[in-house]
Amino acid sequence: MESLYAITTGVLTACGLYLVLRGRTFPVVVGLTLLSYAVNLFLFSMGGLTTDGAAILDGPADYADPLPQALVLTAIVIGFAMTAFVVILAMRARSEAGNDHVDGRKHEDGEGRP
Amino acid sequence: MQHLIVLPVVLPLVAGILLLYRRQGATRAKRLVGVVATAALVVVGFALVARAAGGEVTYYALGDWQPPFGIVLVLDRLSALMVLLTAVLALGAVVFACAGDDERGSNFHGLFQWQLMGINGAFLTGDLFNLFVFFEVLLLASYALLLHGGGKARIQAGVHYVVLNLAGSSLFLIAVGVLYGATGTLNMADMAVRLAELPDERAGLVTAGGLMLLVVFGLKAAILPLYFWLPRAYAAAPAPVAALFAIMTKVGIYAILRVYSLVFGDHAGPLADLEQAWVWWLSLGTLVVAGVGVLAARDLRLLVAYLVLVSVGTLLAGIGMGSPAAVSALLYYLIHTTLITGGLFLLAELIGLQRGKAGTRLVRGRPLHQGGWLAGLFFVGAVAVAGLPPLSGAIGKALMMAAAEGGQRAWLWPILLGTGLCALIALSRAGSTLFWRSQGEPMGLPLPRRQWFGVAWLLGASPLLVALAGPVSDYTRATAEQLANPQVVVNALLNDAGGTP
Repeated sequence: MESLYAITTGVLTACGLYLVLRGRTFPVVVGLTLLSYAVNLFLFSMGGLTTDGAAILDGPADYADPLPQALVLTAIVIGFAMTAFVVILAMRARSEAGNDHVDGRKHEDGEGRP
Repeated sequence: MQHLIVLPVVLPLVAGILLLYRRQGATRAKRLVGVVATAALVVVGFALVARAAGGEVTYYALGDWQPPFGIVLVLDRLSALMVLLTAVLALGAVVFACAGDDERGSNFHGLFQWQLMGINGAFLTGDLFNLFVFFEVLLLASYALLLHGGGKARIQAGVHYVVLNLAGSSLFLIAVGVLYGATGTLNMADMAVRLAELPDERAGLVTAGGLMLLVVFGLKAAILPLYFWLPRAYAAAPAPVAALFAIMTKVGIYAILRVYSLVFGDHAGPLADLEQAWVWWLSLGTLVVAGVGVLAARDLRLLVAYLVLVSVGTLLAGIGMGSPAAVSALLYYLIHTTLITGGLFLLAELIGLQRGKAGTRLVRGRPLHQGGWLAGLFFVGAVAVAGLPPLSGAIGKALMMAAAEGGQRAWLWPILLGTGLCALIALSRAGSTLFWRSQGEPMGLPLPRRQWFGVAWLLGASPLLVALAGPVSDYTRATAEQLANPQVVVNALLNDAGGTP
């Protein structure tokens, strides 16, 4: 389970990073979303992976660390709100600048022309 | 007054909620609430400083859940000083905004209060994840404030600022996750204790987490490779917001100072002073780049934004030197630079308002209507920020240079003085263009008294800091000693069962 989990987190992070580095706002927003998914998974795994464990410390039996779950919940809420905000901001930028490039330039490669 | 410590967070929160009443209109009432809440924050700040000045570290356990399990707000000399500084800066900015900037968009005063809440929370918290939450609170408010009033330049700068900070937040969470996984705690004092007994195989993990945190704080503080968002965003922000943003880079500096002195102090063995070598060289690089930027700026606001970058480089050099004397010097310089750069942002707005179409661009324009007064204030601000005697910048820089030891002098002295020279050249060129190279008839209206108050309040801090240099530097020296001895905080938080609520 560990390796599958690690690979999933890694692939999500890599895809997120790649998309964040794109030049148009839509891929950037999708990239930020993927990145926050990856971070949530990562945070979740930080208490150690347990299956079928209750989220309370109850004797020596198998238990799941409750703190990462609380952290993930907070991170999800913040990440969700931020995604909504970035979407609106990207739309405003699109209507103000007339194109959806993150720098507001018409030509994505920007070579030769201002 | 057992609840005094939580007031800097609760007061702006409540004021912000009150200010949500009606999106438009009720201007007078909203201004009154905003200014009164900020003025109350100044009073609270003074009370906190008076309480912390004795050297005792006190904490406020929210919901009476004792550390290390509950979330705590910790009050020591450093956090009290930062809260007071924020409140003083915010008072100048909010009074300035009351002259009309707050009416260009909706909910200015509410957002302003929430921004204060986030900043104060970040200064007071003793918990790493809580630090993340307060960072998010202050960033969320700053996103909206940066876009206040709208316009193409602001939206463009806003897109960069928001995307970069969101990526930074993801990195922050990863770093916090790694540190939690390796140490099993989020309370900074508890983490410091656990690092001393860290098994060897986890040292690599903690190093990675610690340095990732440095990247995140570096992004907030605008260190060399991560500063590109700053000049554009600060130059585009509305003046009162830009003035408040002068404290935002200092939140990053504070976080570096706090986390690495408390968690990665001498007791951490091989992990001690993890950040120092990085910060030292990057700070010098930041200074050089900022000096070039100051010379190259063709707009007064951009010039001031690069001056913020100069101050970031100078402050980081103090952290890079690491000695208590250097930290004491950097704290003195921090008070000075925050208030002065904030005041200069406000002053740039005033100058821009009176020059008509030329605005703050450094080109020939019409003469200013109230040019004499503005030029006088500009002169005071320029002397202070460039670090010339007799104002506070000179004292800050002298303290900083005196704190450098041995080989550090060879690097710090020429670079710091050279950057000061760059600032001096750029400011004198800007001043002569703005005030002397003018033609035509003066136009523009007399400026409102509230705006004059905002600028004078912040720039007036410089002579005051000179007059009170003795007590202030005594306080910063005591703060630096407290920071150098993290055991005090650890003892106060973990070994003192009960007591404070």
